[in-house]
Amino acid sequence: MTQRTTDIAVGLFMLAGLAALLFLALQVSGLSPKSAKSTYTVYADFNDTGGITPRGRVSMAGVTVGSIDSITLNKETFQARVAMSIHGEVDNIPADSAAVIRTSGLLGEQYIDISIGGDMDSLKPGDTFYATQSAMNIERLISNFASGK
Amino acid sequence: MIDKIASFGRSGIDLVISIGRAGRFLGGVLSGVPRPVTGFPLLLKQLYSVGVLSLAIIVVSGLFIGMVLGLQGYTILSDFGSEAAIGQMIALTLVRELGPVVTALLFAGRAGSALTAEIGLMKATEQLSSMEMMGVDPLRRVIAPRLWAGFIAMPVLAIIFSMVGIWGGMLVGVEWLGVFEGSYWGNMQASVDFRDDVINGVIKSVVFGFVCAWIAVYQGYDCVPTSAGISSATTKTVVYSSLAVLGLDFVLTAVMFGNF
Repeated sequence: MTQRTTDIAVGLFMLAGLAALLFLALQVSGLSPKSAKSTYTVYADFNDTGGITPRGRVSMAGVTVGSIDSITLNKETFQARVAMSIHGEVDNIPADSAAVIRTSGLLGEQYIDISIGGDMDSLKPGDTFYATQSAMNIERLISNFASGK
Repeated sequence: MIDKIASFGRSGIDLVISIGRAGRFLGGVLSGVPRPVTGFPLLLKQLYSVGVLSLAIIVVSGLFIGMVLGLQGYTILSDFGSEAAIGQMIALTLVRELGPVVTALLFAGRAGSALTAEIGLMKATEQLSSMEMMGVDPLRRVIAPRLWAGFIAMPVLAIIFSMVGIWGGMLVGVEWLGVFEGSYWGNMQASVDFRDDVINGVIKSVVFGFVCAWIAVYQGYDCVPTSAGISSATTKTVVYSSLAVLGLDFVLTAVMFGNF
């Protein structure tokens, strides 16, 4: 085994490791170079956030347009304040749109869906959604139904 | 009775002494600044024997583990009609846990034991002391390249293991059992995060590589220079490395994914 063959083998080994890392980044975790694109933050106040979590999905008409940044409790109103970052190119969300918490499938994860309003003005960075609809709670639904309210 | 208590105490003191020696040994190895020109070929040679030659066992085990995950995952998930989530399950299991841990266990068995036996035999045949006589520091010449090689090779091996495993899972899940290929990759990409999952897995394997290589070279350097001593040092390397890897894995998982 000459020094040269060893060098080549080790070089190939390190390259294989690099290629595998690239594979994990691009194919497995779906990291794309454009994921560092610009975003802006908007807020929504919910009575009940249900099961949404930070890093969750924000979608519009089923297309992912952003992600959930943080969920905090507003101590004045006892509502949950959700900050979400929306992709920069989606800059024309009508100002009277509503943020709705939906569930994908019957038991799937929860996400925020933006249902479009009709206003000519659009949401600006830092704005808060005019209307929200909280997570549907099946237990509450059933108990309301059972007590006839 | 008194003798028993005394021997119990002595074994405790011996344990503390041996941990102290291992720490001092590590300090000695790391404080010697590696010389870039003469040290690099030595490191490459060790990378070859520790990393490149371990590739075969890593690739084969990765493939089979991925295939087993695909098979088991399909059986369980299809009960709930959610076999499309198989890609997500395989990728998260491999990248977070099995990749780093199984690679480290295989590495301890394949490369760690060889390192211990090699250094132990060098000590038994007094090669290390003759190096010292010639004014060559054995820590820098023999130990440091092996320690660094283990440290560098382990993350590379773990990444390759995960990649091969995910491919093996696809082989079973998509090609054989007929899960739709788009949902295999799509679910995986939606749930695996590069920073939180892939990078944390790499950090784990870096830690494991360091611990395994340290235990291996220390056991070789510190062994009793007889054939029985070398054999017990080799056994200790595998046992201690495996225990350290599994214990550290719990701690690292709790810190990285614990959410508390």
